[in-house]
Amino acid sequence: MADFNFELVSPERLLLSERVSEVVLPATEGEMTVMANHAPVMTTIKPGIVTVKAVDGQVTRYVVFGGFADILPTGCTLLAESAVPVSEMDAKQIEKRIDATKSELDANSHSDEHKTRLESFLAELTQLNEIVVAF
Amino acid sequence: MPSLKDLKNRIASVKATQKITKAMKMVAAAKLRRAQEAAEAARPYSQRMSAVLSNIAAAVGSDDSAPRLMTGNGQNQTHLLVVCTAERGLCGGFNSQIARFARDHVRKLLAEGKTVKIVCVGKKGFDILRREFASLIIDRVDLREVKKIGFENADQIGKKIISLFEKNEFDVCTLFYSEFKSVISQVPTALQLIPAAVPAGAEQTDAAAAIYEYEPDAGEILNDLIPRNISVQVFRALLENVAGEMGAKMSAMDNATRNAGDMINKLTLSYNRQRQAQITKELIEIISGAEAL
Repeated sequence: MADFNFELVSPERLLLSERVSEVVLPATEGEMTVMANHAPVMTTIKPGIVTVKAVDGQVTRYVVFGGFADILPTGCTLLAESAVPVSEMDAKQIEKRIDATKSELDANSHSDEHKTRLESFLAELTQLNEIVVAF
Repeated sequence: MPSLKDLKNRIASVKATQKITKAMKMVAAAKLRRAQEAAEAARPYSQRMSAVLSNIAAAVGSDDSAPRLMTGNGQNQTHLLVVCTAERGLCGGFNSQIARFARDHVRKLLAEGKTVKIVCVGKKGFDILRREFASLIIDRVDLREVKKIGFENADQIGKKIISLFEKNEFDVCTLFYSEFKSVISQVPTALQLIPAAVPAGAEQTDAAAAIYEYEPDAGEILNDLIPRNISVQVFRALLENVAGEMGAKMSAMDNATRNAGDMINKLTLSYNRQRQAQITKELIEIISGAEAL
């Protein structure tokens, strides 16, 4: 199977850069699977799980909290605000984020638009929490 | 003339100080290496970010749909200065350099009749700026407890700036930090955050850029990207600052160690001289006593 270069970058460091055959991204408008020779797409990412299938068929999963992906036929770069391998993830980290978002929402000094964004972020986080707990 | 005992005490105390400065220098060197590594590791992200940003900005163009964070609110009256300094002193002119640079900027803005607001990141800058502009400082961020600066710290500052902007607290935001040139040279730098200066970028070298699909549309991605970019810029500034602080501390402590060495040499010389003088004096006393007999 054709492979392509996938890079997972967080602000702190380059987490992953290797040849992969398939990547599943939690894009804002629905999950999408990226394979080699994908049309150029730029998309935002919502909090969710990125599944990376390496050339040898090994699957790794990462939890990401928002970001965006730059997809080219030759490769895919995912700029994540924060990314952690699922195996190192614990539910507490997500809960902490949920609490932080809730308190920001309660602060109640934001424009409506900002509030809507916060609310949807909260919903996405809650959903992610359920998925991670299920793992 | 200090007595022999005084000199001896003096030498011991300078030696103790030298030991401390030497240890601080070594600690700073180790921390500098780590800070440089962190700055290096953060580079791919900010590079990709600015590449993507310039791509999208070109796609969106400069029509009215561009986000306010990028175009500004059309005014130029109230300025917010975010001044990033270190939390600790003993690093040569590092903190005062940034503070002085920011102070000159504030004076210039005030002379032009603008309103100035200051947010201090780091204790040292706050201490210096408080003397003159206590009434202008609206907030301060304390990173004292933070051992290793993470993206969350920068993100908090970025969000704070954006929420202030949304409340129309200011029109233009400038970030002050020290750019890490080398171990011995840190250059205070001002970076305009809002309205965001979008990196011009290479003129769309790859043809692929023209046929990007955006999901959701480019404008919305841009809306999402710009706040993130602000946080990334702050993060980069903080990392550069840490590296600069450690570099400045290292050379300051190196100087101090050398000065202490010079001082010890000088003191030892005068100690020996005085000891010799005393011995000579005692000998003369004995000899002249013997001659008198």
